[in-house]
Amino acid sequence: MSTLASQIDPVRIAAAKKGSWRPLPLISSRKLRWALNLAALTYIVLVYFSVDINWARVAQGFDRGLNFVGSFFTPDFVTRGGEIAVGLRESLTMTFVATVIGIVLAIPVGLGAARNIAPRPVYFFCRTLIALSRTFQEIIIAILFVAMFGFGPLAGVFTLAFATIGFMAKLLAEDIEDAQNEPMEAIRATGASWLQWINYAVQPQVMPRLIGLSLYRLDINFRESAVIGIVGAGGIGATLNTSISRYDYDTSAAVLLIIIAIVLMSEYLSGYVRKWTA
Amino acid sequence: MPTKTVNNQPIWMQRTPRQQSAIWLGWFLGVMLFLLCFKVISDNTIWEFLTDAHVQAASLIGRMVPPDWSITGSLMLPLWDTLNIATVGTILGTIIAFPLAFLAARNTTPHPALRAFALGVIVSSRSINALIWAILLVTMIGPGLLAGMIAIALRSIGFVGKLLYEAIEEIQPTPVEAITSTGAGNLQVIAWSVVPQIMPAFAGNTVYRWDINIRESTTLGLVGAGGIGLQMNAAINNLAWGQVATVFVLIFGTVILSEWVSAKVRHAVI
Repeated sequence: MSTLASQIDPVRIAAAKKGSWRPLPLISSRKLRWALNLAALTYIVLVYFSVDINWARVAQGFDRGLNFVGSFFTPDFVTRGGEIAVGLRESLTMTFVATVIGIVLAIPVGLGAARNIAPRPVYFFCRTLIALSRTFQEIIIAILFVAMFGFGPLAGVFTLAFATIGFMAKLLAEDIEDAQNEPMEAIRATGASWLQWINYAVQPQVMPRLIGLSLYRLDINFRESAVIGIVGAGGIGATLNTSISRYDYDTSAAVLLIIIAIVLMSEYLSGYVRKWTA
Repeated sequence: MPTKTVNNQPIWMQRTPRQQSAIWLGWFLGVMLFLLCFKVISDNTIWEFLTDAHVQAASLIGRMVPPDWSITGSLMLPLWDTLNIATVGTILGTIIAFPLAFLAARNTTPHPALRAFALGVIVSSRSINALIWAILLVTMIGPGLLAGMIAIALRSIGFVGKLLYEAIEEIQPTPVEAITSTGAGNLQVIAWSVVPQIMPAFAGNTVYRWDINIRESTTLGLVGAGGIGLQMNAAINNLAWGQVATVFVLIFGTVILSEWVSAKVRHAVI
């Protein structure tokens, strides 16, 4: 059907002549539209009956919720200042070390996962690694690494580095697959070795994006470092978790405000660096 | 062009000596920072634990293989709960994010103060992980699916809101002018010229967030916010690693499936 013919619907034209106009529906097939609506309705009913909510408890929690929101206006940085400082230092160092290790390891994995430069067996191996690292949340990996390496920030570093590998390698591989072929052929035609080829044909094409993504990952890793402390992998998460379970919302608010401030700062910084490297 | 002279012959250099030393200094400071950070971590690590890490890892994997398939049936309901947490959470978050994005976009915001407020909400929501929201909500409204749904919603607001307000700022101005010239009011202009332009990006981002939310909702049970994470937590606390492995396999399957669905839908709408 040509686009013009599909636009001219006699019923719509007749209605328009009487002065009533309605926009075209998003899904053109009427049956599909009704089927989707019905499916959505069924789903809502199913969910309504399978979620069992204790409204009395929710009403009770409402006061606590207001307390918590109120504590954002009276954050308490001082009372638990020592714990916050230790947790923050651990989080920041963990983030930096893990991001560096993760990126260094992600580069070979990313090269291996790019279809246009890696041999088939290497490609499948690297893609499996990436899928595994991306599927499981940092917190699950952290549980396993804490079981293996014991409590402390080292387990956190391994967790964040592992998660970084999956994230960076996937995006790096996609970037390499999208890279222009001409420079690659040109460098290969000079008789360059494989390493020289990667260094002079591939690396310059992917470098700006790699730097931007590395900064983005630094930001993500910091946010995640606030979470993995809950299962004992070091960082500010442990401080935060303790303060919440003690209903010490003023301290929790202080920790959350610090996290928000650092994320904001890193966002500005990464925007600046990206402008400068691009 | 930077050159250096060797035997009265100019030789091409990629950078001037000053640039070269600045780069070396940058690397030097970076490596120093890395070593310093590593020292902090090393001081807080009990390295004795590491000597038997490979034994621990081997025994962990040994206890995980083969997975304990007998509990698969009892995991189906928690899995359904997990899907519900992700889906309802995404819907709730999107409902809040949609108007917020219009307040946050430079070209549709009614007032700069509102814009600052909306941007603040978006950044706060993005900075704080769903798991932390879940811990907070569980202490407030008690353990259960509702806490998980709200946690996912709160985390989604920032993600959907940020991508949506960026899309609104990048719309083409001509349809806006055309609708304005018909004498339409502000809301009509938004409904008939802005919304149609951002709809594909909006649908794509929402489905993408749904896919991420499925991943995140698998772990919310660790802090009591319902879903398959509750079973995982119970299995871990019982050191029943065979059951943990079954949960992992189920999570892996669900995530791969949702990723496939999300990729299909995004491909269809964009």
